[in-house]
Amino acid sequence: MDVVFLSRLQFAAATIFHFLFVPLTLGLSIMVAYMETKYVRTKNPLYLSMTKFWGKLFLINFAVGVVTGITLEFQFGTNWSKYSTYVGDIFGSLLAIEATVAFFLESTLIGIWVFGWKKLSAKAHAFVMWLVAIGGSISAVWILIANAWMQHPVGYTIRNGRAELTDFMAVITQKFAILTILHTLSAAYVLSAFFVMSISAWHLLKKSNVEFFSKSFRIGLVMGLLSTVFVVAEGDFHAVDIAKVQPAKLAAMETHWETQAKAPVFLFSWPDEENERNIIEIGRIPGVLSFLAFHDINAPVQGLKEFPKDERPPVAITALAFKIMVGLGFLFLGLMITGWFLRNKLSEKPWFLKIMVISLPLPYIAIEAGWVLAEVGRQPWIVYGLLKTSDAASPIAAGQVLTTLIGFIVLYGLLGIAGFYMIFKNALKGPKDLAH
Amino acid sequence: MMLESTWFFLWGLLWAVFFMTDGFDLGIGTIYPFLGKNDEEKRVMINSLGPLWDGNEVWLITAGGVTFAAFPLVYSVMFSALYTPLMLILFALIIRGVSFEFRGLSNKKSWVRIWDTSIFVGSFLPSLLFGVAFANIFMGIPIDENGIMQGNLFSLLNPYGILGGILFVVLFVVHGLLWICIRGFGDLKKRASNLVKKIWIAEVVVIVGFLGASYIYTNLFDNYFKYPALWLILVFAVICLLMIRFYISKEKYFFAWAFSASTIVFCTFFGIAGLFPNLFPSSINPDFSLTAFNASSSPYTLKIMLGIVIVFIPIVIAYQSFAYKLFSTKVDPKDLTY
Repeated sequence: MDVVFLSRLQFAAATIFHFLFVPLTLGLSIMVAYMETKYVRTKNPLYLSMTKFWGKLFLINFAVGVVTGITLEFQFGTNWSKYSTYVGDIFGSLLAIEATVAFFLESTLIGIWVFGWKKLSAKAHAFVMWLVAIGGSISAVWILIANAWMQHPVGYTIRNGRAELTDFMAVITQKFAILTILHTLSAAYVLSAFFVMSISAWHLLKKSNVEFFSKSFRIGLVMGLLSTVFVVAEGDFHAVDIAKVQPAKLAAMETHWETQAKAPVFLFSWPDEENERNIIEIGRIPGVLSFLAFHDINAPVQGLKEFPKDERPPVAITALAFKIMVGLGFLFLGLMITGWFLRNKLSEKPWFLKIMVISLPLPYIAIEAGWVLAEVGRQPWIVYGLLKTSDAASPIAAGQVLTTLIGFIVLYGLLGIAGFYMIFKNALKGPKDLAH
Repeated sequence: MMLESTWFFLWGLLWAVFFMTDGFDLGIGTIYPFLGKNDEEKRVMINSLGPLWDGNEVWLITAGGVTFAAFPLVYSVMFSALYTPLMLILFALIIRGVSFEFRGLSNKKSWVRIWDTSIFVGSFLPSLLFGVAFANIFMGIPIDENGIMQGNLFSLLNPYGILGGILFVVLFVVHGLLWICIRGFGDLKKRASNLVKKIWIAEVVVIVGFLGASYIYTNLFDNYFKYPALWLILVFAVICLLMIRFYISKEKYFFAWAFSASTIVFCTFFGIAGLFPNLFPSSINPDFSLTAFNASSSPYTLKIMLGIVIVFIPIVIAYQSFAYKLFSTKVDPKDLTY
């Protein structure tokens, strides 16, 4: 196994694991801030115990998310030194800005929030949680701007053998970045809403703390409905943009081989990359891909054969990740609309609550699939059209990477087990034990 | 030239501030399993750093991020050359960070013991390895013309490197003990204040030893003979070091702690000033060294980043100072979060 492959595995393991915790941090912080604000406004102690209960789960999740983020900041240097040298002028700045502008805010204020219950006024304390939530989302914005630049580099020139920044505003305001930000943040809010609804549904089924969890469920439902509608609608714009700037990714998403007008989509398809065709094609709907990509059923859509073999992404993984993400997105939309109609009689509809309980892993799967699509679909490029992943790794020994890869898997495995165990143990215990 | 030099200074400053802030919580993590007589004392110590460690660690992220942004070549070569020690540091910091959160989630003895050990290893190892890494950078790293390291973790563990590691551990332990003197009480505080007097002597000895070893093993002093004004850094370091002891005797621990923070900053700057303009010197051939001038980003990026740093770092310092002020009072044993 070579350094590039091992480094890719390591980066994938580290980011996928990190991103199991990030989305909940982004969304749950907002809900906890909202609950605490409700408490400050109404003085209803129910909202205080909601703040503490969901806040506790937030903190366990936050701890794992934040420590696993540290390694990512350094892995570009340790494992992708050629990439870092090539893009540092632009990409490095965005990471540094993220730390300075947002991550400091989030990390410093979370300490104040956790330890400051008796030191701050109730209003100030709630305000601190809003700053934590805002810090988290701004942090995500800068990271996503950096990622968007890898997907669609703008505002640069190639000089001194590297990409140098020429237009900062172009980098931070490009359409691809804005679409990525909207898509990822709203997906994170969907996941967080499902988290709250799932755990609430579990307690509602057991008839424990009914008022507490009905109110929690309602907060999750509002956030879930709004973000799901948004993420699905926005996803369409995103696909249109990808058709324009990353046509090979779009073609791989739909296992689309031949350039043609009235390009079809399939309900399910499986590619044979060797022979450049699909082995399975079920539910062919002509014209839909043309329509999705260009909003015109007669528009020609470039097929994979247009691209040299070594400039195509792995088709099967890209397509599968896309189908999982989209399929689950529509499932969430259905669940949220159903939930909205049942919102006042949830306790009479245990079947719906049961579905919500078992749905908990689905948004995690959807959001990770989205990232697999984004990153695997960009291959073989690490910076689209500029630098190939195979030219980007550090000149280090494969043995070193293998050692740390095993280290990552063992450490993150244990951390994941401990983290999720503590989250669910506390979640299922309910709010009673948190009275203090 | 001016821009690159400014960034060299800021680069050093950010690392110094990281050592200064995270130093005390790394120091407490290193000493607390030995200092605490019972679980409550241990919890008091962990709670004394609880609200602050996370914000402190962001200085590491920022120092790393700024290295990436301002000196991409240094970022790539430094972190790939120091692959193994850096990964060890990161693993240790990961374990440490979750340990604070996890330790209090159950009262089982075996559970608590796991996380106590993790906090100790997760604090001691990074302190030591940061010292080892920076001492080796002061001395020069065996990198060839392509920035490829001709050595391994064990070649970093030379006498001077190990001395650098011990220096950092001692600096941080003093810093941490002083924080316990600020936020602790009763018997714990008494033990901490007695111990810090002894370790302060060790701190003096190690600093003197490290300066002497630097004269033998490194070229750091070349800059000092070239620009005699730089000796002021060492003068300030010595003054701060003595002031620590002065305020310990007066039992004004916050001042002692502040001078300990300054000691760490001046000790870091002793090395940084001696390095200039090298960020990552090669011990094989000075021509392979990475400097502020051959490894920097474009002037345009440096200017944008300078703007960001000038605007936002003071804001960060403002709200972090607020946090420090809020949490510099005695820990309330009835209100332990961790």
